[in-house]
Amino acid sequence: MNEASPPRIVIVGAGPAGIRAAATLVEAGLHPTVIDEGYRAGGQIYRRPPAGFVRTPKQLYGSEAAKARALHALFDRLAKDGQLTHCAGSSVIAAHGGQLHVLGEDGVQVVGYERLILATGASDRVAPIPGWQNAGVYSLGAAQIALKAQGVALGRRIVLLGSGPLLTLVGAQLVEAGADVAAVLDTSPWQQQVRGFSGLAARPVVALRGMALRARLGRRYHAGVTLERIEADGQGVAALRWRDAGGRQQLTSCDMIGMGWHLRAETHLADLAGCAFTYDEQWRQWLPKTAEMGRAGNGVYLAGDGVRLLGADGAEIAGRLAAAACLADIGYQAPSISADLRKLVRLERFARGLARAFPWPAAMVRALPDEAIVCRCENVTAAAVREGTDFGSGEANRVKSLSRAGMGRCQGRYCQLAAVELVAAQAGCMPEAVGRFRAQAPVRPAPIGAFLRED
Amino acid sequence: MSTAGRIVRLAERDRVQVHFFLDGEMRHALAGDTVLTAMLASGHTLRQSEFGPEPRAGFCLMGACQDCWIWQEEEKPRLRACTTLVAEGLRLRTTLPESWP
Repeated sequence: MNEASPPRIVIVGAGPAGIRAAATLVEAGLHPTVIDEGYRAGGQIYRRPPAGFVRTPKQLYGSEAAKARALHALFDRLAKDGQLTHCAGSSVIAAHGGQLHVLGEDGVQVVGYERLILATGASDRVAPIPGWQNAGVYSLGAAQIALKAQGVALGRRIVLLGSGPLLTLVGAQLVEAGADVAAVLDTSPWQQQVRGFSGLAARPVVALRGMALRARLGRRYHAGVTLERIEADGQGVAALRWRDAGGRQQLTSCDMIGMGWHLRAETHLADLAGCAFTYDEQWRQWLPKTAEMGRAGNGVYLAGDGVRLLGADGAEIAGRLAAAACLADIGYQAPSISADLRKLVRLERFARGLARAFPWPAAMVRALPDEAIVCRCENVTAAAVREGTDFGSGEANRVKSLSRAGMGRCQGRYCQLAAVELVAAQAGCMPEAVGRFRAQAPVRPAPIGAFLRED
Repeated sequence: MSTAGRIVRLAERDRVQVHFFLDGEMRHALAGDTVLTAMLASGHTLRQSEFGPEPRAGFCLMGACQDCWIWQEEEKPRLRACTTLVAEGLRLRTTLPESWP
């Protein structure tokens, strides 16, 4: 098989999973194409600032600096030596029948593939709070990117809210950098956090590091809060109304809010590439279905947070495994995988512990007042989603068509889990019975002109 | 270091200054700023929502939410403020150009 011209392998995403997948293929003598939206490889968690910035990896990535540096150096070397083709600043906007539509500066190009490795990562899983459509409300990931890649805080007085490891991490990073963090509000009560403990014990060092970061937040941190409303003036966010674990009313003035409840896998391309999906009870979201090493069928492989939310370390492993599966399938010698598979089991146990300790705020979403915005793109209200459910039955895509929730410019990335939760509440069923919004190409906005080429 | 706008510069302050124009008015930024950072260094919001009264200032900063598309002058295409670096002399506008078809 090796005598024939080597198969064209395309990797989407140059974060930890994509970089490790690429390196594994290069080691086997192949030349993959890596398409990434970033201008410099690294992904979100190991995102690099633009040229001319001077902070050290230690300052940027803390305890994970060595991992970040190793990945950046590896990718840069492979790209410099011409061992892979790096399409930077490019978005894959469609995938069908062995072809990708890639939007770059020169418009849309068609890139064919025989094997496709999707390492598309994840973004913040957000839940609507009344008033969240105002300027100054950001995702936790946004607050971290602003600090890491730009050296800025997105407001003078900051409140972070939600639940999950990023809440603590971003809070500690902002405090350390000198930002004014007024409060860090966790919707998960202490007794819930303790329930995740047996899983978290699978990675004691990481768990302890998290506790140390939490300690740095001091009295800013509150567990078991109830979030009520974001107040705003003409310039955006002005205050947050919330209740503490004892039920006492609190009003914290702030001009920036960062929110997030762990992560939501980025699955649009997997959907377009024909992958099957399954509802994950613990993560409360639909995830693409794969075999152990990321095989999804039809020559498609998935790796990283876009398929299983294990974080950066898990993504590196999953990237290697997906590439190994791909190599085996095309008749190449694949590296040994038994150690990686064992590590993955431990990471999975830890991630399940996190999911249990810091859950999705289902009850909060279900109780959203009618006038609250669910879809930030087009200001679709909770009432519209509820009416869509009454009128069109409790199926996700019917409600999407009727209410337009999920049809805005982000294509449901930031509203669909909340919308589905609302539909389930209204229809009196579980979210998995509601289904999921189908992905539609283009998965990023593309101007018509990008498709017009003068041949 | 507080700015006149929304953002506070916490690090990386020793960069070359660049200039851009917003609705014809000259603004300062630093080389390596994204358009989002540059605009929020002198303002609190980026654009008006098409669907409600609240102005917007971006949301995800990673090219996923599409909340930060900004118009340019001279019939140039819109740009996504969080993933585009500001360039010397860039001419931006907060409203739709009249020449837009």
